Amino acid sequence: MSLSSEFARARAIAWKDLTAERRTKANFNAVLFFTALILLLFGFALGPDQQALREAAAGVLWLTVLFGGVLSFNRSYEMELEGGALEALLLYPGDRRALFVGKLIANLAFLVLIEVILVPVAAILYDLPLLSGGGFFGVLLLGTIGFVTLGTFYAAMASRVRAREVLLPLLLFPMLVPLLLSAVEATKSLLVGNLMGDASSWVRLLVVFDVIFLVATFFAFEYVIEE
Amino acid sequence: MNASIERDYPLTPRWLTLFGWGALAFLLLSQVLGVLTSPPDRDMGDLQKIMYVHVPSAFMSLIGYAVIFVFGILYLVKRDLRYDLLAASAAQVGAVFAAATLVTGSIWARPTWNVWWTWDARLTSMAVLFLMYVGYLVLRAFTEDEIRRARWSAAIAGLGFINSGIVYMSVKWWRTIHQMQSTPGTIDPAYVRGFRMNIIAFLFVFAYFVISRYRVARVVRDVEARIEERALAPNAENVHA
Repeated sequence: MSLSSEFARARAIAWKDLTAERRTKANFNAVLFFTALILLLFGFALGPDQQALREAAAGVLWLTVLFGGVLSFNRSYEMELEGGALEALLLYPGDRRALFVGKLIANLAFLVLIEVILVPVAAILYDLPLLSGGGFFGVLLLGTIGFVTLGTFYAAMASRVRAREVLLPLLLFPMLVPLLLSAVEATKSLLVGNLMGDASSWVRLLVVFDVIFLVATFFAFEYVIEE
Repeated sequence: MNASIERDYPLTPRWLTLFGWGALAFLLLSQVLGVLTSPPDRDMGDLQKIMYVHVPSAFMSLIGYAVIFVFGILYLVKRDLRYDLLAASAAQVGAVFAAATLVTGSIWARPTWNVWWTWDARLTSMAVLFLMYVGYLVLRAFTEDEIRRARWSAAIAGLGFINSGIVYMSVKWWRTIHQMQSTPGTIDPAYVRGFRMNIIAFLFVFAYFVISRYRVARVVRDVEARIEERALAPNAENVHA
């Protein structure tokens, strides 16, 4: 199997997942409104003080992304599990890691689309100067890549056992502590500006996190999926 | 049935019993010696004594995760389920030590820092480590097929092991950017002997626990396999069993 045919397989998986999602939109709409709801609820919980909300906004935004994402990862395998189609997919020749890459791309596209709508909403609700910090979008993408990588990986296990709804966050969130810290700190110093904030070192940590876990999950996926 | 189990699984072998008692005796000795021989700390007074439980527990919880990682890799290489059971045993024991670390740390923090919890780098990383232990054990509990469970556990342990270093680094960084944090510094020579002895004592206890858990895990696995076998192939002799 050549590299290009592996890419073609990954693309086919991603295309299949995204097409199924595009035609039903059920999951996308549900996750989108759920995340918008969380943004509102955090606003209620933290009080109407505009300054306090701005201070908390980076953390709120990232937690909202995490809560929304964790709902969608299991779904990406459930589609296959419902029809017993995962076994069929695994029977195809070629590297099974193409399946992982394909699902990763589909999940990434899904979550980025959610964010495209979610972030402006957050900016309005929490009074964030979105346009002043272009670097913020880079941080958003880097954080999302790391999140989706681990989420897609753990969902491959969690979606196939009982109690999957609670198991996925239980496995995934402790792993995301460094990502959450660096994403929130970088976002904070880019959007709100804080005196001691140094976005670049946090961004570097994000990049390192992404690279390490992209490589690690890519190689570990074989052990998760083999039957 | 009982008789056959006893024949196949002899009760705890003599060396293990002796080892267990030896570990206990050594632990008691180290604790007593550590507490009695160390002078009260200049700032902490007798509070310092908790170090002989707290720090060794922390070490054991770190070693525990490394042990899971190593046995996970060994399982993936050799495909021998015994390594998986060893990893699981180490996870159970390591989780207990991580919990002990958190509890003793919290007890110590109350009079020292006047809070039960502080977002100190080590404390916070230990909490994350504890949760990674919990995730590992919960996944095992929910996964029924033992081969699948072994593979998945090994994969999780691998990623968790990589992550534990990144977690500590990032939390430390996060704290130091916000405020300077006082570190305990090096230990005064007066405490070193008791400290070392207790580390070794805890290592013995850790090993004893893991071996014992492993023996239980093997028996449980074997009994389950027999029950399954019997259920699948019933014959006249066993219908009422």
